[in-house]
Amino acid sequence: MSDPLTAAVGLPTTSVPSRPATGFWRRALRHRSFVLGAALVCLVIGSALLSLVWTPWPAYEIDIASKLKPPSFSHWLGTDSFGRDIVSLLLVGARSTILVGIIAVGIGLTSGVCFGLLAAARKGWTEELIMRMSDFTFAFPAVLSAIMLAAVVGPGMLTSITAIGIFQIPIFVRVTRGSANAIWAREFVLAARASGKGGFRITIEHVLPNILSILIVQATIQFALAILAEAALSYLGLGTQPPQPSWGRMLNDAQTLLFQSPMLAVYPGAAIAVAVLGLNLLGDGLRDLLDPRLARER
Amino acid sequence: MGNPANAPLIDVDNLGVRLNTSRGPAQAVRGISFSLKRGETLGLVGESGCGKSVTALALMGLLPDNAVLGGSVRLDGRQLIKLSDADYCKLRGNRISMIFQEPMTALNPMHTIGQQVAEPLRRHKNYSAGQARTEAIALLDRVGLPDAAKRVDAYPHQFSGGQRQRVTIAMALACEPDLLIADEPTTALDVTIQGQILDLIADLVEERGMSMILISHDLGVIAENVERMMVMYGGTVVESGPTDEVFRRMGHPYTQGLFRARPRFGARKGTRLKTITGTVPELADLPSGCTFADRCPLVVDGCRAALPPVVEVGHGHGVRCIRTDVSMADRVGAVSA
Amino acid sequence: MSVFVLRRLVTLLATLVGASLIIFLVLDALPGNAAQMLMGADASPDAVRALTIKLGLDQPLTVRYLQWIKGMAVGDLGNSYVYGTPVAGLIAERLVLTIPLAIMSMLITVTLALAAGIYTAANHNKLGDVGVMSLTQVGIALPNFWFAILLILLFSVKLQWLSAGGFAGWDDGIWPGVKSLLLPAISLAVVQAAILARVTRSAVLEVLREDFVRTARAKGLGKREVLWSHVLRNAMIPVMTVMGLQFANLLAGTIVIENVFYLPGLGRLIFQSIANRDLIVVRNCVMLLAAMVVIVNFVVDVLYAFIDPRIKVHDL
Repeated sequence: MSDPLTAAVGLPTTSVPSRPATGFWRRALRHRSFVLGAALVCLVIGSALLSLVWTPWPAYEIDIASKLKPPSFSHWLGTDSFGRDIVSLLLVGARSTILVGIIAVGIGLTSGVCFGLLAAARKGWTEELIMRMSDFTFAFPAVLSAIMLAAVVGPGMLTSITAIGIFQIPIFVRVTRGSANAIWAREFVLAARASGKGGFRITIEHVLPNILSILIVQATIQFALAILAEAALSYLGLGTQPPQPSWGRMLNDAQTLLFQSPMLAVYPGAAIAVAVLGLNLLGDGLRDLLDPRLARER
Repeated sequence: MGNPANAPLIDVDNLGVRLNTSRGPAQAVRGISFSLKRGETLGLVGESGCGKSVTALALMGLLPDNAVLGGSVRLDGRQLIKLSDADYCKLRGNRISMIFQEPMTALNPMHTIGQQVAEPLRRHKNYSAGQARTEAIALLDRVGLPDAAKRVDAYPHQFSGGQRQRVTIAMALACEPDLLIADEPTTALDVTIQGQILDLIADLVEERGMSMILISHDLGVIAENVERMMVMYGGTVVESGPTDEVFRRMGHPYTQGLFRARPRFGARKGTRLKTITGTVPELADLPSGCTFADRCPLVVDGCRAALPPVVEVGHGHGVRCIRTDVSMADRVGAVSA
Repeated sequence: MSVFVLRRLVTLLATLVGASLIIFLVLDALPGNAAQMLMGADASPDAVRALTIKLGLDQPLTVRYLQWIKGMAVGDLGNSYVYGTPVAGLIAERLVLTIPLAIMSMLITVTLALAAGIYTAANHNKLGDVGVMSLTQVGIALPNFWFAILLILLFSVKLQWLSAGGFAGWDDGIWPGVKSLLLPAISLAVVQAAILARVTRSAVLEVLREDFVRTARAKGLGKREVLWSHVLRNAMIPVMTVMGLQFANLLAGTIVIENVFYLPGLGRLIFQSIANRDLIVVRNCVMLLAAMVVIVNFVVDVLYAFIDPRIKVHDL
């Protein structure tokens, strides 16, 4: 499992030139962590897309005769204990990783943002209630909720998506409320209120657009956490179920063969690490690029 | 050290400080020279950003690592520029002390005031914890902190701004330094407290025979508290001399402007406060000639050609201006104003 | 008792009650009867009914909930559906492993993180800083169970220094037990330490910019002394907050890591109980983990008051 606080501490690996904005892309291309992060993320997304139209071998085809083959020209990274091609499995595995991540972060983002905006707009006991609830959800890391769900409805992709999604909510609630409160205190919101606009309209027209960049950055980092959580759950057998390939599951299979084919345990983990590293770097880069104020403070 | 009594305590010659900022190198201080004997007091006056605080930190050896220093600073004849940090640590808080502007943030919120006042004593004089504590109480008492014996174990947040500034003064004086640098010691305080704190500092300076460099943007504070003064603008000293003399015959248009811009007690209602037009130049892109040229009412082409030389206009009274013939003909100053 | 501690205590109790309610509702009230689950879908209705009555599952929800709470108060958690032995005993057996594992990895985490965080902050923007920070960036991206597998590959498969799994127990002294928990503790700690090191670094950097640091320097303290005597204590507040939150992840992490190393700890117990449909064990284990998380964060809150004099402990 990883930590919700990655978000709070991400620091740029490079310092940004603090010259005023000269177009987002021009600055972005000069930002080392952004470029590296974007490249890694594109690699993962590209693999997932590629697997939709082409894989070196059929990912589901079991061929016991050619099991545990070392890397060769036909099987670039060799085969697993069922004779499946590792490269093909990795490519298809990227698909479930991204799918689980998108849906889980989607759940966390939409409900977290709604609750956070509501808390900031209504204040009083509504805010208190929402914040207490979210504090309390912190006591249940994704693995714990997944275990409870798996105990009741059985393991599966849906279980892991729900568990990870729930675990994402409180983080988005906190970030949204914190930044929305800051916007509510600004003069232009005061002006909007003075002109008779209601809380809902102000939220949609003024608050949401102004916290969007913070939410994008947070979502990127949460995506990384979701991938780690999904991998852990699949590894435990609580997530994506076979025969659907997933990186976590591949690690579980590989662990029983550590003495025969140690490399089988290396590839899927490296794939997870690349995806997570890419997203974290991208998040750091976006933070610097979208919020120059934060960047300069460092 | 075998110093003759009239040798300078601190002798600064052609001090220069270049800071590397994100916008490139900035010459924060240029060619500052002065010397102080024991017991003498000097005022540094100017707007914020003119290099006063940088000068003070340069004397303390506390500028950031990327600062480049030039010239010479001698304490009792010993060169301080390029002194190692370990050696500088033996001087700081011991022979040179500093009082800072913000008493609210200058104290560590996690340590009791007693610990903080005792710290220099423990460090420089090897006092035992008990000795240092007794001495700290005596010091706090001396700076006028009520109930010092009882409150020595209290934390900074339990004191008001004025009281905290008394604590920082006690801290600075703990080892009876030879030189005290007070950087805007009253700026952050209520007007009613300001006078008390300045009086306290003046008393202590006299009582202990210290030299003092008082930094302020307030001409009134300077006029009442120091024997000599230097007016700084854009990192250079534009005018310097005995305080009385400078106030009597202000030579530099900037000094004159600063004087006119001060709010006056009893001014008629509706009288507009005079201001100096323009803003303080960025130190990163200073003009090549006189730093004040862009805001000066008397500017001529010659002002922009090169940095004007210092013109001696009275005994020990120098003005860095080529137009003193005009500026001083107006006889602007405290007397005529 | 101070108002501060009292208020935190009330919040603590409320959170525990809320957690117990959710756990109870999710595990006992969602569709699917525990007895049916235990016996499988093709068991005869009569047998299922008999088991239902035997396990006390025919009672109304509220009664069962209150019974559970009462049981927890007196230490009687009921009997396992599968083993028939008291759940409290089962859990206690497993805690002998899980608690030392958690403590060991927390210790490693804190040591690594503080060392790296303070080192990098003290050498801000120098080569060492950039190097260590890049390492932590990679560390954060590692799934801890993969790191565990890599450790096994290195230390057990290649070098054969340590065993690839299992627990030696505490019967032959401390060392064999600690040795078998070493790799699990390290794999849990390294990822957490990477995060905590970044928190420590930015907290220290922030404090280094404070005015009182300059004051301390003006008193004649060297950079190192200022760091130790003035900066660290001020920087500890955010570091401790994160440490408290990390404890939750650490416990969740033990579930995964115990499975990697085949360690018979609490995580493994939960896991087996799910496979066995032993819901009463799952319920109590999850409650215990949630309670530990909440209590640790409560302790952190109270510790603030001891570190920071501005938070008043003695006011009433």
